[in-house]
Amino acid sequence: MHKSIERIKQMVVKEFIQIFRDKRMKAIIFVIPVIQTMVFGYAVTTDVNNIPTAVYDLDRSYESRELVRRLEASGYFSIRNYVSSPSEMQDLLDRGKVTMALQINRDFAEDLKRRTPTSLQILVDGTDSNTATVAMDYANRVILKYAKDVAGKTARLPVNVDLRARAWYNPELRSKNFNVPGVIATVIMLTSLLLTSMAVVREREIGTMEQLMVTPLKPLELILGKTIPFALIAFFDMALITSIGVLKFDIPIRGSIFLLPVSTAIYLLSVLGTGLFISTLARTQQQAMMAAFFFFMPALLLSGFVFPIENMPVAFQYLTFVNPLRYFLVIIRGLFLKGNGMVILWPQMAALFVLGIVVLALSSLRFRKRLG
Amino acid sequence: MKLLRIKAIAQKELIQIRRDPLSLAMAFLMPVLLLLIFGYAITLDVNNLTTIVYDLDKSSLSRELISELTASGYFSVVRSADSGKDIDHYLDSGKARVALSIPSDFSKNIRTGKTAQLQVIVDGSDSNTATIALGYLSALTEIYAQRIGGGRITPLIEPRMRVWYNTELKSRNYIIPGLIAVIMAVIAALLTSLTVAREWERGTMEQLISTPVKTPELILGKLIPYFLIGFIDMVLSVVMATFLFGVPLRGNIFLLAMISSVFLFGGLSLGIVISITTKSQLVASQISMVVTFLPAFLLSGFMFAISNMPKPLQIITRIIPARYFVTVLKGTFLKGNPLRILVVDAVFLLIFGLVVFAIANRKFKKKIA
Repeated sequence: MHKSIERIKQMVVKEFIQIFRDKRMKAIIFVIPVIQTMVFGYAVTTDVNNIPTAVYDLDRSYESRELVRRLEASGYFSIRNYVSSPSEMQDLLDRGKVTMALQINRDFAEDLKRRTPTSLQILVDGTDSNTATVAMDYANRVILKYAKDVAGKTARLPVNVDLRARAWYNPELRSKNFNVPGVIATVIMLTSLLLTSMAVVREREIGTMEQLMVTPLKPLELILGKTIPFALIAFFDMALITSIGVLKFDIPIRGSIFLLPVSTAIYLLSVLGTGLFISTLARTQQQAMMAAFFFFMPALLLSGFVFPIENMPVAFQYLTFVNPLRYFLVIIRGLFLKGNGMVILWPQMAALFVLGIVVLALSSLRFRKRLG
Repeated sequence: MKLLRIKAIAQKELIQIRRDPLSLAMAFLMPVLLLLIFGYAITLDVNNLTTIVYDLDKSSLSRELISELTASGYFSVVRSADSGKDIDHYLDSGKARVALSIPSDFSKNIRTGKTAQLQVIVDGSDSNTATIALGYLSALTEIYAQRIGGGRITPLIEPRMRVWYNTELKSRNYIIPGLIAVIMAVIAALLTSLTVAREWERGTMEQLISTPVKTPELILGKLIPYFLIGFIDMVLSVVMATFLFGVPLRGNIFLLAMISSVFLFGGLSLGIVISITTKSQLVASQISMVVTFLPAFLLSGFMFAISNMPKPLQIITRIIPARYFVTVLKGTFLKGNPLRILVVDAVFLLIFGLVVFAIANRKFKKKIA
């Protein structure tokens, strides 16, 4: 037993020397998580703000200017252009310079003063259906609010329902709170998958696998020696992203911080297992890389990382049950945002554990077969 | 530059590709798989939000409100709560995303003309879904109030909205053209980023160097087979997008083919540059992820609108070729943009391709010496 541990240790040391012999690897292992966290913290927001808008104001009255001012003041719209013809509006939309174009007709102010219902033309670029929906909703709200203010108390509805809404866990609804914890899960998966599978296959490609096999290393020790270094790198990435998230982006950690390494370890079972499995399929590093992506892309898309699982067709929802990323995302977001403890998270942990054991067992079996 | 030598290298590369049917199969299946997932599984539309209702009023008015919500299709009630604790549990465990509690004086207040209150809690951890849910809720309660109050008052201003280019606001039409750009960027990187590094690792590069083949010939020879694979992928994606998913293709298809070729040329050349400079497949795979995959996915405007990003990042997106290709694809598919409008993007892609190709040539010369 003691000898076995010693052999694994030697193997891990050899592996680290090999990985970091290439000095660029050090930088890469550090840079990838940092870049991803930064981009997700700053760039990836599904919040819709500053929708580029063009205004075609035929009325040029105090009222029309007031309406435009209110649209701009809402923060949702940023007025980029004042145009003087419909063809200009068309051109701006065609070129994608603006997403929305508002046309205020000549008698707008006159109608308002006489309290006769008037209308506004709004053109929306529907290319981005998501932004378009939100933009129309915002525009509607701002305009109706303005109409109400102009109409005064007379337009009061006979029935008033006051909706008091609160958002739990993320009261300001910041999308970085949702995204950054998820980055931990995806970075670990992508780097571990690629590194594990490619490192094993490289050994075979260069022909050093034979050398390893003539050493007293047992297959299981070989597997452990090959995977432990990448597990350690994964833990490093996890700590790094968590620090950036907390220090730079003010992501709260409401749950127990000890559950973070524990659940990461359970998650790594299936991720490293999958990497190992890919290495038994691939003959070349090229194949390993493509296969890793072939697994990663669907896993990423069908995990709830960006796209909620409930919105998928039922068949795809079942498919997500074999996706380790799915469980880890629930755990990690629960830990960070909801302050979930074991009481709530244990089913996810258990599922992840079972999945990991199965994947690891399967790939170890295949791995030993290929060695023999 | 001799055509014969380019042909010879291309042939050698083709033989190598054919010997690796697994990689080749994946190169063709990857776009198909991604398009299928995005076409069938993923939608940005929010429906069936799991909702827990705590109805303390238990009146016909409160029941009517609940059925208003469920009938809309946006909310599906998973449980009627018996206590406030139920709400905590359902939200904490993620079994419900929305909790609606109706106070006991809800119907009384409505009948006596007072303002009736409703308490709503949404799970904010998914901020996007939460925002949309709140929007739906406020719209639906407004409709409910108008209906109960008997008829609606016409607002003084009626906004008449018209949607262009994607009239039905299908998220599929929006995602798929952009997705093709991401797929092409990833495929281009996957195909070429290892090809030169592999020759170095296996020691076959020395053999190639000892032949009379010149640098540009070698690089072009390596590019051509992958260009063909990439182009077939492109055709496959466009065919699937139009025929399987019914995304309208309003622009000129030849123009699209031209600009796609230019983009592919740049993407493949970038892969070659990575491969030449790293000389290690492991490092090359990691770098091509940072340089190609992440920017194409996150900073191209394919899903996440560039106008929402902070200014410095918006500037960075200007040097990302996928950004221009996304614009071209969305413009060609949905807007039917002519060359007049796409010319800026096309020119950028051309310049990018030529510059990267030149870099590949320079870097490689040094290594031989």
